[in-house]
Amino acid sequence: MSGADRGGGSDVIEDYLLEARQMQALSLAVHIPLVCFGIALPALVLFCEWRYLRTGDRLYRALARRWSKVMLALFAVGVVTGTILSFELGLLWPEFMARFANVFGLGFTLEGFSFFVEAIFIGIYVYGWDRLSPRLHFLSGVPIALAGVAGSLFVISVNGWMNRPGGFTLRDGRAVAEDPWKALFGNSYLWHEFVHMYFAGYIVTGFLLATPYAWGYLRGRRDRYHRTALAVALSAAAVAAPLQVVIGDWAAREVAHHQPVKLAAMEGLAQTRSGAPVHVLGWYDGHEVEYGIAIPKLLSLLAHHDPDATIQGLDAVAVDDQPPVNVVRYAFQTMVGIGVLLALISLVYLYVRLRRHRLPRSSWFYRAVVVAGPLSVVALIAGWITTEVGRQPWIVYGVMRTSEAVTGASGIPVGYATLVTVYIGLAAGVGWLLHRFSRVPLEADWDD
Amino acid sequence: MTELPAVFILAGLAAYTVLAGADFGAGLWTLLAGAGRASRTATRDHARHAMGPVWEANHVWLVFVLVVCWTAYPVAFGSITSTLAVPLFIAAVGIILRGASYALRGQLEESSGRRPIENLFAVSSILTPFALGTVVGGIASGRVPVGNAAGDLLTSWLNPTSILVGALAVATGAYLAAVYLAADAHRLGARILERDFRTRALAAGLCAGALALGGLVVVRQDAPELYHGLTRGGGAAMVAISIAAGVATLALVWRDHFGAARASAALAVAAIVAGWAFAQHPRFLPGLTIEQAAASRSTLVAVITAVAVGAVVLVPSLILLFRLFLRGHLDPASSTVDHAAAPARAGRRRFPLAAFAGVTLVAGLGLTLLTDPGWFLAAGVACLVAAAVATFGLAATADPRQ
Repeated sequence: MSGADRGGGSDVIEDYLLEARQMQALSLAVHIPLVCFGIALPALVLFCEWRYLRTGDRLYRALARRWSKVMLALFAVGVVTGTILSFELGLLWPEFMARFANVFGLGFTLEGFSFFVEAIFIGIYVYGWDRLSPRLHFLSGVPIALAGVAGSLFVISVNGWMNRPGGFTLRDGRAVAEDPWKALFGNSYLWHEFVHMYFAGYIVTGFLLATPYAWGYLRGRRDRYHRTALAVALSAAAVAAPLQVVIGDWAAREVAHHQPVKLAAMEGLAQTRSGAPVHVLGWYDGHEVEYGIAIPKLLSLLAHHDPDATIQGLDAVAVDDQPPVNVVRYAFQTMVGIGVLLALISLVYLYVRLRRHRLPRSSWFYRAVVVAGPLSVVALIAGWITTEVGRQPWIVYGVMRTSEAVTGASGIPVGYATLVTVYIGLAAGVGWLLHRFSRVPLEADWDD
Repeated sequence: MTELPAVFILAGLAAYTVLAGADFGAGLWTLLAGAGRASRTATRDHARHAMGPVWEANHVWLVFVLVVCWTAYPVAFGSITSTLAVPLFIAAVGIILRGASYALRGQLEESSGRRPIENLFAVSSILTPFALGTVVGGIASGRVPVGNAAGDLLTSWLNPTSILVGALAVATGAYLAAVYLAADAHRLGARILERDFRTRALAAGLCAGALALGGLVVVRQDAPELYHGLTRGGGAAMVAISIAAGVATLALVWRDHFGAARASAALAVAAIVAGWAFAQHPRFLPGLTIEQAAASRSTLVAVITAVAVGAVVLVPSLILLFRLFLRGHLDPASSTVDHAAAPARAGRRRFPLAAFAGVTLVAGLGLTLLTDPGWFLAAGVACLVAAAVATFGLAATADPRQ
């Protein structure tokens, strides 16, 4: 879009574009936490069942059984929210699909198959507790865990491609795929995104799963069942959260190398300079970060592992090509802030658990865990906002603008309002379901 | 080769209609649960339990259809989704409400919040197939031109053919569901439910058949090209197969051969989907043949490879699921397996595990932080994952003392 045709008409399109983007963002924000459960929960359920098979301790069977019901309910909701996302790709971004889906669509085709495998075996696993032999039942759970990981890999391959597109030539504005396999899986951008998300899956699942048990612990439910549940859930989150800092460092270096504008937006760095600082908090006013706490040379150190490295500023590209800096900046700072907090909680837990062979005793620890569950979701969403809003104004980085991709159909506001209403209802429903679920007496899973 | 992905799409669509269509129909029967001799609750529970283990898998066929369509025929996909945005959005909302109410309902055995949730489930089970049917009607009657929202946002799906196909989608779902549920009731030995659903299957079969045949008159008026295709060549053959299978199903249900009726009912419905494909061939959208709509060769090869490899995993898995399901191995029932577990093995080697965790952690940190992206960094990440797993083993296995 050139400056000349930015009249009143294009303002309308801009509003409309923003609504379409928000609608997509809302649907993603609803779906992504469920993806975390798809990545990590099957492995935790299988771990518990494996413990039962090895030791004969029925407590682990009860735990696996109960969590498998949570897994099924969350998968069912994930199936529908995932379907909505695939609808929206067409409903909101038909031009994007028409011109580029032949390059990246393969990722979704593969994801479709892993989705199938997950759906088939989750049915067998959860409904087969009483009917299949213990060993066969355990084996029927393995494909769920594998498909959950593979599915997220395939979807993230598409996101990696949007951020670092390749493997096609343009003809009349349309992509002609050269090698879709290489475009998706030969893309170095896939791997840090995937590993970062994989660790996030364990962090979010572990802390969210621990939250109700920590709440119970504070209210006096400290029997062996609750302690074991806490130990399994917290161990999963605690081994991932501190290492996520290291993975994040890798991700930041990749972004610095391939998407310098995004990195500049994450810090609010207006001008290219060497020895660039990081500002904590503050506000980017279009020229610099005001009221922030500056930490000299940190950005250069983080991005290139060299305190004097030169970092490209936002001014390297036209204003039209810059992402909304404050959104990206605050999302990034939220993610990092919460991530550090979660890593600290994790280290406390691991220290007590491994050195003293028990759970922490302080009430403050359990209060922190109760908060850590929801906070981990906030960090997850903030991380995705960082990478996706940081990609703007491009839908295919450097190739196609988001404004070129949006639908020509009217009625986006109506759709948006409807979707918000439905999702609020859905959120209330899921919250209520989990609340009710935590009240179902344990005997239901213990001996049947 | 340009047509092979279209065959996948149609196969997926047929599977979705036959499998998920029946799940939608089961939802419709929960709304009409009061009409039979069995109690309302028994009917609703039967319908719900019968789809429990399979509904997620059945639903995924829709996702399969979408992803193959947008990969192999991107321009057609963009044109369809932008012009038919309204019914697709209605279907999407229906899918959310239906999935959510199903997941919620499963957790409420006896509670006051049950009825409204059940009704929500039933209504969305009617709304969704109807909306999806209108989409098919819009495409079949040639109302979706090529381009970003180039067609009319309302008349593309509010037209005689669309409404006919929408109604037909609801009716065939109800018919399939009644046949399947009668078969399930037969297997479970629930006589009253079996009689109820037998009656429903006969009634719904007659309705769906009448609607399909009467609909040909509507199509003749509204979409002559489609009518032409359905009454000649392959299209006519498929219509004939559908009629024959439909009549056979009625006879089989009448004589209580529910197992065979399940198959012939599915065939009757799948043949309609195939008939539509024959009637349209080779046109995809007005002025766009399948060949013109197809993506480049490398994309098609990739999709076909992916589907072929995926099928190797998928087909045995699906067979396993439906075998377990149809033989009652996934029915809600008391335990049939002796749960005596393996004898406990005592004694664990904790020290080597701790040493392994320590070594991989140090190696992983070094490689990940100090090398540039490449194989060394990948090895570092692998070490970190190994360290995490080993630490998890240490932290999660020991019995936590208080």
